[in-house]
Amino acid sequence: MTRLNARIPDGPLAEKWKAYKAGCKLVNPNNKRKLDIIVVGTGLAGASAAATLGELGYNVKVFCYQDTPRRAHSIAAQGGINAAKNYQNDGDSVYRLFYDTIKGGDYRAREANVYRLADVSTSIIDLCVAQGVPFAREYGGLLTNRSFGGAQVSRTFYARGQTGQQLLLGAYGALSRQIASGKVELFNRRDVLDIVVVDGKARGIIARNLVTGEIERHSAHTVVLANGGYGNVFYLSTNAMGSNVTPAWSAYRKGALFANPCFTQIHPTCIPVHGDYQSKLTLMSESLRNDGRIWVPAKMKDVERLRNKEIKASDIPEQDRDYYLERRYPAFGNLVPRDVASRAAKERCDAGFGVGSTGVAVFLDFADAIKRKGHDTIDALYGNLFQMYEQIVAESPYEMPMMIYPAVHYTMGGLWVDYDLMTTIPGLFAIGECNFSDHGANRLGASALMQGLADGYFVLPYTIGNYLANEIHTPRIDTALSEFKAASDDVADRLNKLKNSGGKEPVDHFHRRLGKIMWEHCGMARNDAGLTEALYLLTELRHDYAKGVKIPGAMDEYNPEIEKACRVADFIDLGELMVRDALQRRESCGGHFREEYQTNDGEALRDDSQFAYVAAWEYKGREIAAQMHREDLQFKEIKLSQRSYK
Amino acid sequence: MLFSSIARKTLMALAGLFLVTFLCVHLGINLMLLRDDGGETFTSAARFMGTNPFIRTTEIVLFSGFLVHIFFGLWVSVQNRAARVKSYVIGNRSETSLLSKYMFHTGIVVLIFLALHFIDFYFIKIGLVAPPAGIEAHDFYHRTLLLFSSPIYSAFYIVSFLFLGFHLNHAFQSAFQTLGLNHTRYMGAVRFIGSAYSVFITAGFSLVPLYIYFFK
Amino acid sequence: MNFKLKIWRQKNAKAKGGMVSYDVTGISPDSSFFEMLDTLNQQLITSGSDPVAFDHDCREGICGTCSLYINGRPHGPVKGVTTCQLHMRSFRDGETIHIEPWRARAFPVIRDLIVDRSAFDRIIQAGGYISVNSGGVPDANTLPVPKHDADSAFDAATCIGCGACVASCSNAAAMLFIGAKVSHLAQLPQGRVEASKRVQSMVARMDELGFGSCSNTYACEAECPKSISVVNISRMNREFLHAKLFSEKEKIIRESL
Repeated sequence: MTRLNARIPDGPLAEKWKAYKAGCKLVNPNNKRKLDIIVVGTGLAGASAAATLGELGYNVKVFCYQDTPRRAHSIAAQGGINAAKNYQNDGDSVYRLFYDTIKGGDYRAREANVYRLADVSTSIIDLCVAQGVPFAREYGGLLTNRSFGGAQVSRTFYARGQTGQQLLLGAYGALSRQIASGKVELFNRRDVLDIVVVDGKARGIIARNLVTGEIERHSAHTVVLANGGYGNVFYLSTNAMGSNVTPAWSAYRKGALFANPCFTQIHPTCIPVHGDYQSKLTLMSESLRNDGRIWVPAKMKDVERLRNKEIKASDIPEQDRDYYLERRYPAFGNLVPRDVASRAAKERCDAGFGVGSTGVAVFLDFADAIKRKGHDTIDALYGNLFQMYEQIVAESPYEMPMMIYPAVHYTMGGLWVDYDLMTTIPGLFAIGECNFSDHGANRLGASALMQGLADGYFVLPYTIGNYLANEIHTPRIDTALSEFKAASDDVADRLNKLKNSGGKEPVDHFHRRLGKIMWEHCGMARNDAGLTEALYLLTELRHDYAKGVKIPGAMDEYNPEIEKACRVADFIDLGELMVRDALQRRESCGGHFREEYQTNDGEALRDDSQFAYVAAWEYKGREIAAQMHREDLQFKEIKLSQRSYK
Repeated sequence: MLFSSIARKTLMALAGLFLVTFLCVHLGINLMLLRDDGGETFTSAARFMGTNPFIRTTEIVLFSGFLVHIFFGLWVSVQNRAARVKSYVIGNRSETSLLSKYMFHTGIVVLIFLALHFIDFYFIKIGLVAPPAGIEAHDFYHRTLLLFSSPIYSAFYIVSFLFLGFHLNHAFQSAFQTLGLNHTRYMGAVRFIGSAYSVFITAGFSLVPLYIYFFK
Repeated sequence: MNFKLKIWRQKNAKAKGGMVSYDVTGISPDSSFFEMLDTLNQQLITSGSDPVAFDHDCREGICGTCSLYINGRPHGPVKGVTTCQLHMRSFRDGETIHIEPWRARAFPVIRDLIVDRSAFDRIIQAGGYISVNSGGVPDANTLPVPKHDADSAFDAATCIGCGACVASCSNAAAMLFIGAKVSHLAQLPQGRVEASKRVQSMVARMDELGFGSCSNTYACEAECPKSISVVNISRMNREFLHAKLFSEKEKIIRESL
């Protein structure tokens, strides 16, 4: 095990980024023209990075699996984007946003990175407004904010319930402008299946053209991964169907370290699972908890009568309802952070008090709020969400309490990167959700969009220049190099093996099995026995998959089953790493809750003396256990304290 | 600019709106037939229209209006059909106003009517077609009476007016939309005026054959 | 629930396609349209045939990937939703459901129900943005925008680029798509700066790509999953005419300097 060095600049926390920018190497415009950059992914991080690098004068090639960059899953983010603008004059500052992010992440993030994030957050809003992002405004014409995710200040900028969409369209516009100018070349409908490393440096990728099936080689002086999170390892999640870990996982197999894979965020307010055929979970904005009250029946006989449809939720009298969040956390009530709310719902359902046909759901009730604020006010606040719910469930939240249950939403873990956002492979950068850097063990609401855009617009363009300044003498990389051939042969070989396994079951069958294992043993609550069992089950699944998957059709055509098959193969391997990571982290923090480590009243018990580190895993080969390395987290500005919401 | 899709539609809309105003003038003169003075008012109005130098000049503009509207209408329609090479197995069932989908078809019906109408009147006047026995080339009054004494001809005219109404009903507000004059505050009124105008035109023009057939 | 499906199958862009019938049984009314198709595909794969290819991604109505023409209507019978938000309870038990790809010359079929909509990207590349670089922009609050304008711009900006407007249009016109982008940017002060150039280049690109032109049937508005109003098309027309009639020719300005 080695101790990792994040190469954080010296100096006081607030001055580090300024000092870095003042001291980093620059690339002359004439040389930028000779340097090629590959960007994988076109979400907020990828699109903003590709656009900005194009503006700077580099030659950029950008890849996405979707038919157009505008469809990346950043588009689905609803709530908003944080920025320490302090427009509301309510005491916000860069320091406070930094502090809240570190604390919200349960003290498992790196101080210097998070401070930089809070610092550049304000520039993001300026840029997005200049791009024409239609943020919500006051009648006076200035921007408005809301408080989000239990923050004590109003620092969240939003565009109705479609903030992610509007921000992504802004970045997509900037990207389109660069594509039109010829500085960025777009490769859509491509799956990136391997990273090519030449003489120890990342020099290209192997991609599969999803329309023709052709295996393509692309070279560059440096490669930037922005392929998003890996929530789909759970099969059911709020991620898009195509969201996958494959590019990051390829990097991991080529030597990049993968950090804190077990840190996954479970969002408390999603529409519950309703059947085996289900493919996808839908998130309902967290803002619903501002007015809705969460409860389950207090008496078992009411639970049974509800399930047999003898009574309706509204028939249960007030004294027979258990408003469990208000009961357990009187100070924060229904507004406790995501991880706490999610676990409390699981606790009630595990105890048998869950509602709905499956028994895995709780009520989110607006009856009181409607009485208090009036139907029209509630309609103005949540009308579109209520409509969306009614569309899916065919029940009106105005008449019946909503049913909700937690679902996998975001993954804090990802490729380990240093202060420059570079992985342990020189020349390979990771930005946005696919790196591990800023959210620790739990992400605060409205911070994902902030991180994606901060990395792409304002951080990477500096740090990548610092790396490329040493590459100006490197000629264009030839894709005929043996490393490219080896990588593309390896990809073809992997695909052929999957294709010719001679199995009988479709890919989805195995993906569902994987999801069940992960959700049950490495989901909202984990314990030693369950995780150990999961390791066994995953090994079994991997073998079954290699022998049992059936992929119809041909290789050289549009074949969605091949796409899925590659992704699921990587998800199975990732699942194992997540379980190993969860096993070694013998503490409860943020999204990682180990049942053995809790207080007497069931709260998470963190262990800063032993676990205030980042666990970064090194690939050692298939079927061989990965090796863990550590980056010790040093908290110089912030005093570690236990989170309490009572 | 003339070749961009929006420019083509704009010219079509402008020409269309011009024709709409012309219809009003035409109807005004037609309604003079209803006066029971043996066609004196009508004939003098028709003579005025046929001889006044200003009107004669405007006539050229009018014909250009027709040509522009028809030409661009056909051009746009041909282009629009080319934009979908393979058609759907199940035709479109979107909820739209019925008339809007058939502007091309109603337009063609009106065009056919226009051709016959020219043969009936204008071509006789300019001597391209021989007038029926006993009627002078310039005598539109008796020509009209003769024409509408036939129930088949009257019915044909009235049906054509109905199609003209269908065409106008959508055309009026459509022209405003195309010219970029769709405004949330006024569009309701524009739609109402368009519909009212189309009813007025259809009813007004139909009145003459009905009156002549039943009362003359 | 049971359904009889008639689905357009086409192996690749060049192949000749045709409608093929399938039966699906035991579908839950709560399942989404895609989950019903998933069920069909699992059956097809197990029996050794090619699954039906269709575009889908977020399955929550925002990415705009899904694009099915169902029983004569883009995104099916329910108003204001995408295909992925359509549920089987919106159909009758035993109903025959026809599923076709978007049809337009500018959207060629790639396979089965998947079409190539990169024409939309090319239209945006022609000018559907504000030309600012990342950096050197003023503070966000230096530019007040009247709330009404911001809201109206937002209404236009909600376009998800799915192409239902083109699919529903009797002329395969893309004017609601372009109108929405032009309107979004033209109503904001920061977008005014290059408004006249933008609308002209975007319309020119649209014509080049072989889309039809609007005949104001408003089928696009009726089928738009985000209910974007045709007022935006009118605003684009206005912007376009204004630009063509009143903006000076770039070349003449350059030479006079």
